[in-house]
Amino acid sequence: MTLFFPSLRDKPAAAVAATFLLAAVLIAAPFIVGTMGNAWVRALAFAALYVMLALGLNIVVGFAGLLDLGYIAFYAVGAYMYALLASPHLTSNFPALAAMFPQGFHNSIWMVIPLGAALAAFFGVVLGAPVLKLRGDYLAIVTLGFGEIIRIFLNNLNAPLNFTNGPQGITMIDPVEIAGISFARTLDLGFVKLPSVYLYYYLFLILTVITIIVCIRLQDSRLGRAWMAIREDDIAAKAMGINVRNVKLLAFALGATFGGVSGTMFAAFQGFVSPESFSLMESIIVLAMVVLGGLGHIPGVILGAILLSVFPEVLRHTVVPVQNQLFGHVIIDAEVLRMMLYGLAMVVIMLYRPKGLWPAPEHGVNPSTRGSAKAGAAG
Amino acid sequence: MSAVAADAPVLRAAGVNKRFGGLQALADVGVTIRRGQIYGLIGPNGAGKTTFFNVITGLYTPDSGSFELAGKPYSPSEPHKVAEAGIARTFQNIRLFPEMTALENVMVGRHVRTKATALGAVLRTGSQRAEERAIRARALELLDYVGIRRYADFQARTLAYGDQRRLEIARALATDPKLLALDEPAAGMNATEKLSLRELLSHIRSDGTTILLIEHDVKLVMGLCDRVTVLDYGKIIAEGTPAEVQRDPAVITAYLGGAHAPAPQTIS
Repeated sequence: MTLFFPSLRDKPAAAVAATFLLAAVLIAAPFIVGTMGNAWVRALAFAALYVMLALGLNIVVGFAGLLDLGYIAFYAVGAYMYALLASPHLTSNFPALAAMFPQGFHNSIWMVIPLGAALAAFFGVVLGAPVLKLRGDYLAIVTLGFGEIIRIFLNNLNAPLNFTNGPQGITMIDPVEIAGISFARTLDLGFVKLPSVYLYYYLFLILTVITIIVCIRLQDSRLGRAWMAIREDDIAAKAMGINVRNVKLLAFALGATFGGVSGTMFAAFQGFVSPESFSLMESIIVLAMVVLGGLGHIPGVILGAILLSVFPEVLRHTVVPVQNQLFGHVIIDAEVLRMMLYGLAMVVIMLYRPKGLWPAPEHGVNPSTRGSAKAGAAG
Repeated sequence: MSAVAADAPVLRAAGVNKRFGGLQALADVGVTIRRGQIYGLIGPNGAGKTTFFNVITGLYTPDSGSFELAGKPYSPSEPHKVAEAGIARTFQNIRLFPEMTALENVMVGRHVRTKATALGAVLRTGSQRAEERAIRARALELLDYVGIRRYADFQARTLAYGDQRRLEIARALATDPKLLALDEPAAGMNATEKLSLRELLSHIRSDGTTILLIEHDVKLVMGLCDRVTVLDYGKIIAEGTPAEVQRDPAVITAYLGGAHAPAPQTIS
């Protein structure tokens, strides 16, 4: 927890108190923002999904230093897997399957989450294997292509056999159901009523907390150090006995896993998936979250994901009314303004905080560093 | 100590050839480095020292040659396998992990001798935590050994030049090498730093680690090494103790030019 409250490192009691306070705020959050309408709770739920996505991408880009511009493909893989396994789409298109499963496909979340994770990890390796020797711009271009290939496949796999229903997407996806409680209906606990969107928020919150713990533990391990070593200098890493190929593939696979899990959750939450949710722009926004928050620094990445996912909602609810008030009509569309502000934010961040809003703390300015250090940098 | 003879060869390389296009960078080069030695490899610029170094550490693939490490043949095909076999190296132009702390740099060196998996890390199993503690303890011990423990939590890039060299040596020692291969460790150092480097290297030797030293600084090599091989244009021109090598006319010619050697016969 001291990762989030660095100033409390030496005060364990205060750190515990801060943790409880944070937990209380997160649990109470939907009730607070819910007073303004369920759309805001929905925005919070999406923020949690994006935190998961950004943390997954952070493993690849932040820890291992592999620039991935096609990350959203793993989100798509997870989402479509859930959509196909929990909707009438396959059974209504393939009579043979309908004969085998007369009830249709309705798979438990306990099966779908691990399956989504595994399938995404597999795709991570499929992407990782051919690009092992690439880095920087070249790697970015190939991963960008990979992301587009997945999207275009989803868009076109509706003929001659209809697997994905093409651009129309897949509808009637089952909501999450845990222990007989369907997340599609309001849950009445007696003392409090939890609408569907609150339930999803809590589910995503739990998954996000798990993701954060996994990321922290990975970062602070033998594998995490190996990732950072190949990011810093892969020739030196090899000379230290690190099998760069395996370590890179693990980064792609584990990063993709989180993308896959959040994809399954996205499909269940929306009840609908279509290829346009997985465009290049989405990959870029997730990358922007990682970079804006602080590449490789978990609290920074979380902050970046929350800011960039909640911000468009704020705009959506304010831009039009404010302009109507001021000018009597709408001059700039919320969507247009959002892209303009994203661009502006990126330029400002790169100029003034190139390491992100909340970068990893610097360790030590060595007082004995003299002119000779410069010679070392040049040599 | 094992039952192996004290002067058993640690590294034996024979008949090493390496060609870059039309340039024969190494021609039939061979060395035998015995346990507990500091073995010097010297030669003028472009003599093939670093090429030979990169060949035995797996960075370059040799065209031919046979290699034996502690009596077992090894093929220097991939750097990470060479490190696993027991050769640790440093680089001529220091290659640390600049954004990681000094301690983390040395902890990376333990990678090849430890085995916790991703799953172990996620579940924080007992064996994983014990291993992490051991890695940290060993890394701190090594930082202490090379004399930079006080900078353990400093990012490697903030260390002074001489301390970065020491950190690189500590990181290499963390892999428990049978042979520590140093590529021009004194490059860019001032006289004081060279002196303390010399002390550190003889200390490492007396603690039982064999060292292969590539160096430009003839004075350092002559004062420190037990045996020396001199390369010129990819060929071995002399091999022996520092005193023998210093007297060798071929070495004098290579280093100082023909005029200082017995005048060659010229065709008039």
